[in-house]
Amino acid sequence: MVDYFEHDLTSLHAGLNNKDFSAEELVKETFTNIEKKDSKIEAFLALDEKKAIAKAQELDQKGIPTDSLLAGIPIGIKDNIVTKDLRTTAASKILGNFSPIYNATVMDKLNQADMITVGKMNMDEFAMGGSTETSAFKITKNAWNQTKVPGGSSGGSAAAVASGQIIAALGSDTGGSIRQPAAYNGIVGVKPTYGRVSRYGLIAFASSLDQIGPLTRTVKDNALVLNAISGYDKHDFTSSRQQVPDFTQGLDGNVKGMKIALPKEYFGEGVSEDVKAAIKKAVTTFESLGATVEEVSLPHSKYGVPVYYIIASSEASSNLQRFDGIRYGYRAQDVKNLEDVYVRSRSEGFGDEVKRRIMLGTFSLSAGTYDAFFKKAAQVRTLICQDFANVFADYDLIIGPTAPTTAFGIGEDIDDPVTMYMNDILTIPVNLAGLPGMSLPAGFSNGLPIGLQLIAPQFAESTLYKAGYAFEQATDFHKAVPTIGGKD
Amino acid sequence: MAINAQEVKHVAGLAKLEFTDKQLDMFTGQMDEIIKMVQQLSEVDTTGVPVTTHVTDAVNVMREDVAAKGMDRDLLMKNVPESQDGYIKVPAIIDESEEG
Amino acid sequence: MNFETTIGLEVHVEMKTNSKAFSPSPVQYGSEQNTNTNVIDWGYPGVLPEVNKGALEYGMRAALALNCEITKDIHFDRKNYFYPDNPKAYQITQAQTPIGRNGWLEIQLEDGSKKKIGIEEMHVEEDAGKNTHSPDGYSYVDLNRQGTPLIEIVSKPDIASPDEAYAYLTRLRQIIQFTGVSDVKMEEGSMRADVNISIKPIGSDKFGTKTEMKNLNSFEHVKKGLEYEAKRQRRVVMSGGAVQQETRRFDENTGETILMRVKEGASDYRYFPEPDLPPIHITDDWIKDVKASIPEMPDKRRARYVNEWGLSDYDAGVLTQTLEMSDFYNATVANGADPKLAANWLMVEVNAYLNANRQELEDTALTPEHLAGMIKLIQDETISSKIAKKVFKEIIANDTDPKAWVESKGMVQLSDPAKLQPIIDEVLDNNEQSIEDFKNGKDRAVGFLVGQIMQKTRGKANPKVVNKLLMASLKER
Repeated sequence: MVDYFEHDLTSLHAGLNNKDFSAEELVKETFTNIEKKDSKIEAFLALDEKKAIAKAQELDQKGIPTDSLLAGIPIGIKDNIVTKDLRTTAASKILGNFSPIYNATVMDKLNQADMITVGKMNMDEFAMGGSTETSAFKITKNAWNQTKVPGGSSGGSAAAVASGQIIAALGSDTGGSIRQPAAYNGIVGVKPTYGRVSRYGLIAFASSLDQIGPLTRTVKDNALVLNAISGYDKHDFTSSRQQVPDFTQGLDGNVKGMKIALPKEYFGEGVSEDVKAAIKKAVTTFESLGATVEEVSLPHSKYGVPVYYIIASSEASSNLQRFDGIRYGYRAQDVKNLEDVYVRSRSEGFGDEVKRRIMLGTFSLSAGTYDAFFKKAAQVRTLICQDFANVFADYDLIIGPTAPTTAFGIGEDIDDPVTMYMNDILTIPVNLAGLPGMSLPAGFSNGLPIGLQLIAPQFAESTLYKAGYAFEQATDFHKAVPTIGGKD
Repeated sequence: MAINAQEVKHVAGLAKLEFTDKQLDMFTGQMDEIIKMVQQLSEVDTTGVPVTTHVTDAVNVMREDVAAKGMDRDLLMKNVPESQDGYIKVPAIIDESEEG
Repeated sequence: MNFETTIGLEVHVEMKTNSKAFSPSPVQYGSEQNTNTNVIDWGYPGVLPEVNKGALEYGMRAALALNCEITKDIHFDRKNYFYPDNPKAYQITQAQTPIGRNGWLEIQLEDGSKKKIGIEEMHVEEDAGKNTHSPDGYSYVDLNRQGTPLIEIVSKPDIASPDEAYAYLTRLRQIIQFTGVSDVKMEEGSMRADVNISIKPIGSDKFGTKTEMKNLNSFEHVKKGLEYEAKRQRRVVMSGGAVQQETRRFDENTGETILMRVKEGASDYRYFPEPDLPPIHITDDWIKDVKASIPEMPDKRRARYVNEWGLSDYDAGVLTQTLEMSDFYNATVANGADPKLAANWLMVEVNAYLNANRQELEDTALTPEHLAGMIKLIQDETISSKIAKKVFKEIIANDTDPKAWVESKGMVQLSDPAKLQPIIDEVLDNNEQSIEDFKNGKDRAVGFLVGQIMQKTRGKANPKVVNKLLMASLKER
């Protein structure tokens, strides 16, 4: 039995190459493991067992290519990434019966690398939420404590990796949706630079903020997956033509002379004492490794939440208009006329959080409010970008907490949107400025993981991985295993 | 600025959503809270500050004018709730006021 | 009270690009429903738009031809509204940064004077699909047209009468057609007009309330609709009423306009910058290249026809009304036809044929090569203009080389004096009375003799040569 807690991608690849186990065995054991564990975690919305096994057999037959590190290894895909012929719902009733007829570019890339999709991961409906509780289908549990949320919106991806059901998953991050669940589940999550990974086939939430990225247990695994999915795509005009380096280069533990900035705003009101303590300890760790850490200011970061909620909701209100019950997805029964098709399909098909954001976005873009809301937010966004540019003129990296607290209880915050939105205060500015960000394990409080956030300039993911790897090598947090995760 | 139930209803109309009275109460209250939170922005001086609507480094991305054959119609129709003779079928339009 | 009328026109023109504005599906008129579409046109979840450079350049071309300033930094915007033929529920357009601004075109008024009509702005945007309403209580949606690139041309409120509106549309169609950007066919929907009209007391500086008519399908309807509407508004105001802001429909059968709906404030389309498409910067070099790609415009052609080819201004005007005619004329002259003769043939015989048969030039078998070939036969006197009419009938109906046809039919004109003289002598020998009449000053005798000679040569004798030889022979008798 292959135990994912005892492996990383490199050792799995070696195991496959040395024929310690076949891809078929690995895939079958993965499904057996999912069957055992996922009843407690509820991370999967759909499984693709038949096709996954067939693909593994095919790979075994032709032989695992030695140069493709990811070949034959199972991966989970967030359910807002379209997978041809595999049900894709974005955790919404409105897409409950949706069967994609094309593949997202990231899926083509993973297929090219011979990775094997095992299933689709639960999430907040249309990625709107920070707890995976807005899913129309199930409540996913935190891998470390099943009374706690896994975070969100990529909660299924994070909890499945943290509970050892899969070794890697793809998530998407619009305001922290990869980093925050990674933090809550004690794993590594990276939101790449805007434009680094193609968004073609990602069901849009907020087009100017969304990015797909990997969730893994280790920094190196994360770099390996990002290597596979990055690059310019002719189907995504916002994807960048920047050269994609090998993100595993420079993982040498050496951060001597690295200049790290610590924004004082990231230790403000609302950030819990245990989180502050863990991040301060991380600062000491970096200093002991030879990096310099200095306090800086990002004066406009406190406006990140309102700016984000206006821009993201505005874009979402427009992006989600296509769900109208006409060409695909849910259509209300017994409709009398076109207006009925629209209003009833959408009112019955969307959940409350999605409706709230559609409403806020529609309001923000309306003729009378556009200037005071959308335009104003887009202007303050400029100031937030400038804050980062100012800091990165002098520093290589910014560090801070990923989330103000550890995972909260299931059902705790869901009816209080403003409190819920404030949870994203530390992750949001990164999306607004299109920067790459990473969360990695940096401690525990009451048995719940704490995440350290690293932020780099655009297209400097290599800096994230280098610093993250050095921190990981110097600490043991990533080695901790949740009790649910198979050690029981 | 506060928002009242009437305005919430108007916005819902634009978004093609409808609410029961109870939902309308809840949404009005929550929208009001969110709008208050959002109005912090008015304290920021943005005189002369340009907007940021894209954070990509890409500019002048264009496709050459080369046509590719249309996709298989049956495949495209696969998810359509109601269709006939290669058309997408929808209940009659009784109000044309939304037509652009 | 006397009123002045203010008319605004929004004209949509479909571009004849190979592919759609934001997807690579083909742009093709008349295909089977939903066959020229892909996931992007359908607005499938996860798809992204892909701007067509060709559409942008066509937009620039049209903007330059209409004397617009090109906006250097452009982006696209979303216009949000729900409709079954609008799959994303937003149209990608240019609200904030139209590709062209502040253009103009010149129309000619009935009294011959000219007037400049301003163009406010021009947008590149995408067309919607097509809904067909059926009496069965359903609508049927075909997305073939969805995403076809459009240019929207918005006039300034300079148009003061329905006649001017008609002249504006005619002129606009002509210019766009000459740019090669669109077929501008009203009947196929590749040109569509929305109009608005208001009246105000003469001298007042406040515009009256506008009424709108959408998607009018002929210039004639635009004119008639506006005429009716101007009268109706005058009646309303004169009787103490107020014009309401409303959309009306022109009824072709009655010639009247009918209320469709009253507008309560402007529609809220919630425009905002399209986040899926990065901004585009248009450089001076790019504008220069596009400018260089614009074919010669009608006014230039007209001037060239007058100055270089000696046509009258009227004839030059007729020949530059459509691109098709003007291109055909150019090609005919390029194939060696005398410009004046070619102009004559196109304006008289060809036009008469097209009108009689209700055809377009492109529907006939006539080619510039064949027309020029026939005219050259006239020029070098191989055929008479009488024979030419027979040749013309042949070459407009069939793909026939005029020279070969004339030769095979033995229609070549008899011009050789050595061959004609014996025939003339024979005719004279047989018509002593006519010679007598001629000598007595009866000119009609000549006509009779020519007729006889023509009869003998079955019409092939060159009349000029015959005349010359006949006169000489008569004098000798």
